Amino acid sequence: MPALKELEEAFLRSKKDKEFQGELSYLQKTYIGRPTPLYFAKRFTEYLGGAKVYLKREDLAHTGAHKINNALAQALLAKKMGKKRVIAETGAGQHGVATATGAALFGLKCEIYMGTEDMQRQALNVFRMRLLGAKVTEVPVGSKTLKDAINEALRDWTTNVHTTHYVLGTVFGPHPFPVMVRDFQSIIGKETRRQILDGEGRLPDYLVACVGGGSNAIGLFYEFLDEDIHMIGVEAGGRGIETGEHAARFAGGSIGVFQGCKTYLLQDEDGNVLGTHSVSAGLDYAAIGPEHPYLKDKGRINYTYATDDEALSAFELLSNTEGIIPALESAHALAEVVKLAPKLSQEKIIIVNLSGRGDKDVQHVAKIKGIEL
Amino acid sequence: MAGDPSLARTRDIVLMFEECGADIVELGVPFTDPIADGPTIQRASERALKAGVTLKKVIAFVKELRKSTQIPIVLMTYYNPVFKYGEENFIKDAKDAGVDGVIVPDLPPDEGEYFIQQSMKAGLSTIFLLAPTSTVGRIKKVVKASKGFIYYVTITGVTGAALLLDSSIETLVSEIRKYTDKPIAVGFGVSTPEEASAVAKVSDGVIVGSAIVRRLHESPDELRNYLISLREAINGLV
Repeated sequence: MPALKELEEAFLRSKKDKEFQGELSYLQKTYIGRPTPLYFAKRFTEYLGGAKVYLKREDLAHTGAHKINNALAQALLAKKMGKKRVIAETGAGQHGVATATGAALFGLKCEIYMGTEDMQRQALNVFRMRLLGAKVTEVPVGSKTLKDAINEALRDWTTNVHTTHYVLGTVFGPHPFPVMVRDFQSIIGKETRRQILDGEGRLPDYLVACVGGGSNAIGLFYEFLDEDIHMIGVEAGGRGIETGEHAARFAGGSIGVFQGCKTYLLQDEDGNVLGTHSVSAGLDYAAIGPEHPYLKDKGRINYTYATDDEALSAFELLSNTEGIIPALESAHALAEVVKLAPKLSQEKIIIVNLSGRGDKDVQHVAKIKGIEL
Repeated sequence: MAGDPSLARTRDIVLMFEECGADIVELGVPFTDPIADGPTIQRASERALKAGVTLKKVIAFVKELRKSTQIPIVLMTYYNPVFKYGEENFIKDAKDAGVDGVIVPDLPPDEGEYFIQQSMKAGLSTIFLLAPTSTVGRIKKVVKASKGFIYYVTITGVTGAALLLDSSIETLVSEIRKYTDKPIAVGFGVSTPEEASAVAKVSDGVIVGSAIVRRLHESPDELRNYLISLREAINGLV
């Protein structure tokens, strides 16, 4: 608790600190490569034959996903707080790579926790983190995936709280993390507003994003909550809700208290957390950031899911029609657009958050298709 | 850990604790994500879950156990199983079964006002944790919310970590004493009789967890002698 208080105070101070904001903004521009483009996907739109589809190209941010927006800002905050070491959990490896990158940039020691199973699925990212100077520690307990990596990172933080900052990767966990991570990701929506007004002279009709913990979705949606815009969050439907092998917390979960927050959770009747499945490691998680249930219950955001097969098919479709290979996570959002766009008239505008690039998934997809590389 | 490796075995062990002179038995309730626990208790938790043990079964187990022993029993459970059970139902059923107190390590008193209030009303003791990082404000809050005893964690870390035996334990326990006359028990990392004796000198109680769980799993034949040696080490002071 004292560590969370200390973090909250530092975060609130940083919001008013011109030097911090100036340094962050400079790095966003020169290091991350912001603003990322808002791209009109003409051939993808024509193929679907309905609403105009724009892609917010977070895949073009440094390290290949939106994760860097948060990781870099938290690493900078850690440095300002006088911490010498940062730790993080990672599932697909994107947040681990982003944190290792931030640590290298600011000269901090870095340790990343990753479940055994994810280390096997994402061997390339494990090597990337090590190249960046991070220590990658295997978590061989529990389900050996993201949630266990978070448990282990929390244990490390409890132990080394004096020297270490925990760079939590999504809008999850105890306060102030959900608010802080949202704040660092909301640059996505702010840029999008400017860009769509420049390009179309008006705001979009729909916003679509995939939801694991939910940081890329909140990052895009938050700026537009007061506007008359439909918003859709897409969870991982895995092999289908009826199989029990999925990560669709709204479709298959109930309210619980987990890893420091109250939210929707996939759990059994005794309150133990259930195993999850998704083709994308980044969505393969039993709980969802607590602001999402709030916005769902208010009726502000609709949530749906896409199955592994739908995501894989959207993954190939975007690659073929646009020459852009999306992350499997982002392919879940695209799968919803594939269903939605044809039902809408050509005057409507959909913006989808292309939260990451798919290079990391190419090997995995080949394996699923039975192709040996 | 209740149900590691089976509830029948746990019953025998609780009775052995009593025979060997334990004052209070802390029964762990298994959970899939025990964030305050080190590897020893994590593994015990996994074994108990595999054996099908749940919070409901642990409560029923205590009820049955009450036919054989009246030793004070404290449950250590994470919050989500309690939340899912329903706070009120849990307090009622636990109390009816003969549970004396409960430790919920991931429920800070700030978030547990209703739970604390209802537990106090029902006569179920709520025990909260203090750590070396706890501020004065935190100490005041925790001693007020705790009943039975205060659980002082000697280290920043998880259960079963190495104990650092130095004067800081005494300093911090005396700091807590400024704000309460409730008993202060010290745990996390106490393993040898020597450590137990040193900790007992400066506190009102010694909590041994991982060291017992490890012996129970790896060398069960030594458990009885180990428990007796702890008791003797602590008695040596009186």
